[in-house]
Amino acid sequence: MKREIPLAITAIFGIFMVAQLFIPHYLVQDISGRLQDWAVVIVAFAYILGVANIIKINSGVICRRGQDWEYKIVMLIALVIMMLSGILLGKDPDDSLPIFDFMYNSMYVPMQSTMFALLAFFIASAAFRAFRARTTEAILLLVTATIVMIGRVSLGEFIWERLPDITEWIMNYPNNAGKRGIKIGASLGAISIGLKVILGIEKSYLGGD
Amino acid sequence: MLEFLKYLDRRIIFIFIFLSTAIPLLFDIGLPIGSTKPVRDVYDHIEKLPPGSKVLVSCDYDPGSMPELFPMNIAVFKHLFDRGMKVYTTELWPAAPPLVENAWRETGGAMGKKYGTDFVNLGFKSGGEVVIVRMGTSIPELYPEDYYGTRISKIPMMEGIRDIQSFDFIMNISAGYPGTREWVQQIVSRYNMDLASGCTAVSAPEYYAYHQSGQILGLLGGMKSAAEYEKLTGIPSENPPIKARAMKGMDAQSMAHLVIVIFIIIGNVVYFLERKEQKDKR
Repeated sequence: MKREIPLAITAIFGIFMVAQLFIPHYLVQDISGRLQDWAVVIVAFAYILGVANIIKINSGVICRRGQDWEYKIVMLIALVIMMLSGILLGKDPDDSLPIFDFMYNSMYVPMQSTMFALLAFFIASAAFRAFRARTTEAILLLVTATIVMIGRVSLGEFIWERLPDITEWIMNYPNNAGKRGIKIGASLGAISIGLKVILGIEKSYLGGD
Repeated sequence: MLEFLKYLDRRIIFIFIFLSTAIPLLFDIGLPIGSTKPVRDVYDHIEKLPPGSKVLVSCDYDPGSMPELFPMNIAVFKHLFDRGMKVYTTELWPAAPPLVENAWRETGGAMGKKYGTDFVNLGFKSGGEVVIVRMGTSIPELYPEDYYGTRISKIPMMEGIRDIQSFDFIMNISAGYPGTREWVQQIVSRYNMDLASGCTAVSAPEYYAYHQSGQILGLLGGMKSAAEYEKLTGIPSENPPIKARAMKGMDAQSMAHLVIVIFIIIGNVVYFLERKEQKDKR
């Protein structure tokens, strides 16, 4: 029963959610709305679970003086201060919150931006070492990538005013052709997985053996 | 020389990338900024909307993509407030609300617009795609309060907002999932709503297909488009004081791209010289 009941719930709700798309009756739409509200609430619980998990794992490392335990203390303190400043001090549309805004704008924003900015350095290094014109396909990719890289920045317009138009053509035709193929393939795959889950053929989401 | 270039220390590449980004940020180069069709399409559509139209801006991004999307957010807000629209915002990314607040303060707030009559922030709601689907059936049930905890029944501009079809236009500023793809699939396909997208350069190739098919009315892809939109909307401006972040960033991005292209060319020259050397030895 541990497996049959979840499978039955998935099948009933899955079929209902597909069927409601084609039944505009208010009762069906009302039930569908309630189910969507449940989903929103369940996902919200994932955040609570996530915070509990972070506290559990990191406090364990701190207690046994595991690797980088000092950083875990900083992380837990930051987590608590950030959370409490947001929850307890409240918000007002016309005033900024000194503590929360300071931490968000002066710490969180620069740190996250820095993490992503590092990509530029690694991409440049990787492009230098790996982007080689070894085959005809690689040459095509190399030429197209170079045109798009220059054409999608203002330098392209400075070099030749038609270059952005050529870039737009590449994006609109060869790019779209490839992307559409991938999208259609992925969508068919998603439909097939969805059907397998609803029909109880795909059971890996239940976990266990 | 060939050996030096072949085993080029990556720290040298890092220094070039650093300088190519830092120098244009410190000193203006002022490279030309035109406007491409997908960007003009967004601008023209907003221009055609009558003043007082209800526009939903879903800001689905976080500080990681701020250099590209925040200037876009600012330019779109400025354009909408300049045109006298009623702006409603939602966020599907947890770290987005403070960015939206900053954008509101810099544009509408500085232009003398009033919270609750010209702008409302409905805040972050967890659930991703499900939230978008639910907006299609009932917004008051999904958002009983705004970001600041005010009951929406007490917010004047929420009067008459029942579901997603209560809006005249939707602008999605998206850094990934959930974002433009989900808005197209759940809202455009089902309710035939007018949607435009602002996204990171890395996700733009995916959304060109939606623009070509007319599922999105316009597309702002990456910092270049943000810079184009800034120019179209009169940024930099003195009243309210708004800096041209994307235009400035565009100079830095241009130089960084140029350096990467030069390194790719050097890498290939080294590769061909090495291959020739090996052939000669044989």
